[in-house]
Amino acid sequence: MTTNTTHTNHSKGRNRSVTRGRPNYAAGFGALLWLCVVALPLYVMIGATLQSRPDYTAGGPLSLPRNLTLSNYTQDFSSGFGRYFLNTVVVTASVVGLVCLLVPPLAFAIVRNRGLATSRIFRIFLLGLAIPAQAVIVPMFYVISKAGLYDNLIGVILPTAAFCLPVCVLILTGTMRDITSDLFEAMAIDGATTRRVFFQLVVPLSKGGLATIVVFSALQAWNGFLFPLVLTQSEETKVLTLGLYDFQTQHGVDIPGLLAAVVLSTLPVLFVYLFARRALVQGLMGVGGK
Amino acid sequence: MGTGTGTGTGASTGARASQDAGRRPARARRRTRAPATPSSTVARPGVGWALPATLFFGLFALVPLVLVAVLSFASWDGLGAPQFAGTDNWAKLLDDPVMIRSLWLSLLLTVLGVVTQTPLAILLGVWAAGPQRNRAVLSAVFFVPLLLSATAISVLWRALLDPNFGVPAQARWLFGDGNLLGSRDGAIAVLVLVAAWQFTPLHALIYQGAARAVPEVLYQAASIDGAGTVRQFFHITLPQLRNSIITSVILMVVGGLTTFDTVLILTQGGPGTDTTITAFYMYQKAFKGFEFGIGSAIALLLVVVATLISLVVVRMSGYDRMAGTKEGM
Repeated sequence: MTTNTTHTNHSKGRNRSVTRGRPNYAAGFGALLWLCVVALPLYVMIGATLQSRPDYTAGGPLSLPRNLTLSNYTQDFSSGFGRYFLNTVVVTASVVGLVCLLVPPLAFAIVRNRGLATSRIFRIFLLGLAIPAQAVIVPMFYVISKAGLYDNLIGVILPTAAFCLPVCVLILTGTMRDITSDLFEAMAIDGATTRRVFFQLVVPLSKGGLATIVVFSALQAWNGFLFPLVLTQSEETKVLTLGLYDFQTQHGVDIPGLLAAVVLSTLPVLFVYLFARRALVQGLMGVGGK
Repeated sequence: MGTGTGTGTGASTGARASQDAGRRPARARRRTRAPATPSSTVARPGVGWALPATLFFGLFALVPLVLVAVLSFASWDGLGAPQFAGTDNWAKLLDDPVMIRSLWLSLLLTVLGVVTQTPLAILLGVWAAGPQRNRAVLSAVFFVPLLLSATAISVLWRALLDPNFGVPAQARWLFGDGNLLGSRDGAIAVLVLVAAWQFTPLHALIYQGAARAVPEVLYQAASIDGAGTVRQFFHITLPQLRNSIITSVILMVVGGLTTFDTVLILTQGGPGTDTTITAFYMYQKAFKGFEFGIGSAIALLLVVVATLISLVVVRMSGYDRMAGTKEGM
């Protein structure tokens, strides 16, 4: 909640134009141009998936779809995408679960403990922001194979969650810092235990930050590619992104079917975006380092 | 997105945060001592609260980071046990023309990415920081590419640019034979274009936040002095955005050097090895060639180069001294 309020103050409180005075036509024109650059591929994508393959080949990608059909989607589902979809849901839910289990106590300790140990720990996580997944993928393959988790969804879930942690810690400590110490003192005088303070004060007041880390980690897990690519192999453990990649290498000429698979893989994300736009934008601004 | 996040940003936030933490306890302690709180340990969680997450992160992120350094001095085919190999891997890499070229290619793509995305993102971000209603709607649309996975984006663009069934086939007057991905320059141009399509919104978002924070008085003063929109942009907005530019450039550098999915799906490193960038070469060596030791060495090299460049950017810009943008106020 707290982050939300500060954010609103920030954006709406000062309701004024940056480039002042007259409307800036040049900038408006540029923005419209960029709109075309962004929207045209999206239009082609959705248009292509709604027509049959012969229609698409005959009309070309830029033409208006004539005979609308959903057969591309049903076909994708019958060729395994239902399975991939389910696997991605399992991975995403587990990653979000793990992040929600691990990050709030950690952030609470970082914000409230203030010992040397916790500030060191915080620093480790901040340095962790800079580790790209490619840097550790070979040893990750080694660790996961040794642990007997190769080609198992658990083996994808664990590293994906681990790589979500630094950003989530950064976001949530930011939110928890905004809880005033008066509130903690009030609860202390009431004789509340640390555990009670955490569940009755810290967690409810960090809802905004929690929503952000849920959305952020869900997006990471849903769109993850490298870990599944390297750590899984069989049809049973294939996730959506990997399914897309395979589809592309095997049936690359079936463009409507391929693009329908792209839409399928993205639809839930777009749906979440409609409802959680604010949390998501904030999360990504957090990634950008404010 | 997401794999590459900024070194410099992290470090500087850390510095600020720990200063914060250093200042606060004094105040808090003083205040709690005054009313003689019965249990001052309440709401002071022990280190135990931080341990599960820390151990988890250590096991799945930090241990592999140490292992990658160890494995870079070993030879391992992915099945048996790794064998110590001294500096063999490094010697091989130094002699490998594809490796050297891949580094240059990575740098080239990164520089091209920074050069194309930064002006676009600044313009879009500053524009989006304005108040009108249509900007909010447009910004929402601009944001969509960030939601799509790199895989989805690459598959989409590959389909769009398909020489037989894609846009080039329909617009031959513009694309000629239309096989953009079949030539070196075409493939590089496509990679730059797709990266811009994918990441400009993120950077525009950073600039949007920063542009909103520019103090209004500066513009008022400039207007009184008779400065027009363009002059205001170059003399107020741009200097005020300096720190955001650095943050954003570091993100682009780290992200650019670790680009992987797009290359794997769009070009497969080809034609030939013309777009075999370092991250992709690492994947090829390790997971296609089963030379995991060499793969580790490349990965380590990649991290070192990305960190060095970030440090140089931070140093050159004076960002590490946290030089204020508010001078002259």
